[in-house]
Amino acid sequence: MAGSHEQTRGPLWLRALPFVWAALLAMAMASLLARLYGQSPLGMYRLLLAGTWGSIYGIGQVLFKTTPLVCTGLAVAVALRAGLFNVGAEGQLIVGALAAALCGAYLPVATPSVLAVPLCLVAAFCAGGLVGSFVGLCKWLCRAHEVIVTILLNFIVRAVMVGVGGYLFLRESVHTAPVIDAAKLPRLSTILPQLHGSAVNAALGLALLLAVMVELLLRRTRLGFALRVVGQNPDAAAAAGLRIGWIQTLALTLSGGLAGLGGANFVLGYKYYYEDGFSAGVGYLGIAVAVLAHNRPLWVLLSALFFGTLAQGGLAVNAMVPRELIDVLSAVVILAVATASAEVRRLLPRFQQPQRDDDSRDARPSKPPSREPEPTQLPEPPLDEPEATDSVSPWAAR
Amino acid sequence: MDSLALFGLLWAILRISVPYVMAALGGTVCERAGVINIALEGILLVSALGTALGAPYGAATALVCGLTAGVVTSLLYGLLVVVFRGDQIVCGVAIFMLADGLSRVLLKVVFGSTSNSPRLDALVGSGPLWLLGAMFASVILLHGLFHHSVLGLRLRAVGDKPAAAQALSVSVLSVRMWAVALSGLLTAIGGVYLVFEQRQFVALMSGGRGFLALAAMIFGGWRPVWGAAAALLFATAEATGIFLQARGLLIPNWILQSVPYVLTLLTLMLRGLLGKNHSTAPLSLGVPRL
Repeated sequence: MAGSHEQTRGPLWLRALPFVWAALLAMAMASLLARLYGQSPLGMYRLLLAGTWGSIYGIGQVLFKTTPLVCTGLAVAVALRAGLFNVGAEGQLIVGALAAALCGAYLPVATPSVLAVPLCLVAAFCAGGLVGSFVGLCKWLCRAHEVIVTILLNFIVRAVMVGVGGYLFLRESVHTAPVIDAAKLPRLSTILPQLHGSAVNAALGLALLLAVMVELLLRRTRLGFALRVVGQNPDAAAAAGLRIGWIQTLALTLSGGLAGLGGANFVLGYKYYYEDGFSAGVGYLGIAVAVLAHNRPLWVLLSALFFGTLAQGGLAVNAMVPRELIDVLSAVVILAVATASAEVRRLLPRFQQPQRDDDSRDARPSKPPSREPEPTQLPEPPLDEPEATDSVSPWAAR
Repeated sequence: MDSLALFGLLWAILRISVPYVMAALGGTVCERAGVINIALEGILLVSALGTALGAPYGAATALVCGLTAGVVTSLLYGLLVVVFRGDQIVCGVAIFMLADGLSRVLLKVVFGSTSNSPRLDALVGSGPLWLLGAMFASVILLHGLFHHSVLGLRLRAVGDKPAAAQALSVSVLSVRMWAVALSGLLTAIGGVYLVFEQRQFVALMSGGRGFLALAAMIFGGWRPVWGAAAALLFATAEATGIFLQARGLLIPNWILQSVPYVLTLLTLMLRGLLGKNHSTAPLSLGVPRL
């Protein structure tokens, strides 16, 4: 199963099919729900576009919403490339944001900006990474499944934040003290005055940088290679002498850290403090971002832009339909992409041409490149006909 | 502690345990057939929503609506992961997100609020008691099904060695779909119970019970009776906390709320540290059909 998260190869139209299918299904679902709500779907789409890409301010807001999604999307994608499913990006994001806010608030006021901002970012990364590494250790030493551990941690983080908030939050409020001026990230509107009023800030640049760095890490470094091998074929990785537990723990630490950095957008770039409930599902949406991007770091940027548009669009159409509609749409997109990709992957071998050279430096386990479609999956018989036994009812007498 | 209070505590444990136990049983059926079921939480939520939507038309309608909603969601999940072989964990989490979003949208459409329904007074009565009975019956029936029937043998075969089952002309696809449907029905009883007990639907009212039930199922080694016992353990922790707080012990609310999750995490870790070396998990868990 782990290997199924790795990219697929084949003709472009076939690979694009899941996305087209997902978009169509999501639009159909949205239209249906809008109808159910007594609104015209067309009007809803028009409003959604006008509220997002229709004005400079709208674009700024879309980019603002995109920024944390890039971080959580990268977090989920990195873990998935190592064969791990990190559902805990939400909790890690919250912990990271709190760490950044506290670090920024308690630094001496005289700290120069070149020191304050990186310190806050490091705090966010470390806090998120700490949670991630705990998950990794649980998996390594206690063989606890990371999905359940991360889900439990999300709940624990939420409960603990309520408790911790009692000590850290300012009186009669649900937020911490503001960070010092030097730790604030500049708004993009200082460069582009047209963006005035939108909260998009320098964290967007940080997110872009992170995506490039993660892509380089996965493609060009030993750790990245080891990570992908462990994800694609743990048996091959173990046979090659890789320490799977260690590498998975590293991957989860990195994943948690990336999710934690997502808090910078809100804490250092927008409100300048940690506020209860700021995350609003950004961590969970990261799963959608990663799945839609097929776990490729650079595609995560586009995928995050798509979901950022939906998130901002949800606010734009809130007067017509509940903005929770957007949650439904992201879930539909995940389901459509996940199932369609599985089908496409099954069909791919039929379309595969002799291997081209430019693809061959892509990660394959450290054995001669073979034409097996996916090493970790069961060898699938060529399914030219549906399995004959499928028509036999299991409840019939043997 | 007087006996009346003790009885009250035991009663509270039983009341709290129903959704945990039912979801744990649902998870066990599904996973013994080889299908990971992270969607339990979503199924609990959807069946609770179905119950709330049916409640204005009487308790019986509410029950039927809730069970139907749960089974339909479960079948949708089965369609995606069994028939179309989507990634079981990704789809399970997405089903939960779908359930959360859809419940809020439908709440808004029907009751005019995205966070909760009004009080559902039609649900007054002995409904919870019957569902409590259904819980005990399910544990026994499921144990019998698993270990003393041909169907159970086939179900376990499909979960452990689908190839072998297929060679004996047992259809992996339909056994898994039936298992997923049964899992939905069992879990839905838990979701229906939630609304019957609280007489209201609140957004995210399943509160992670589906996920905790998964942990209970693992702790119970994928066996119905032991899974139910583990679920009862979690319910005991929750009930004891509330009980102590009600008797004047000053436990901050947030500690009380995190107790079930921390306890679950600890049991999982303990099981991994002390447990047997070989896993008792179904051998082909998460592997798509041949």
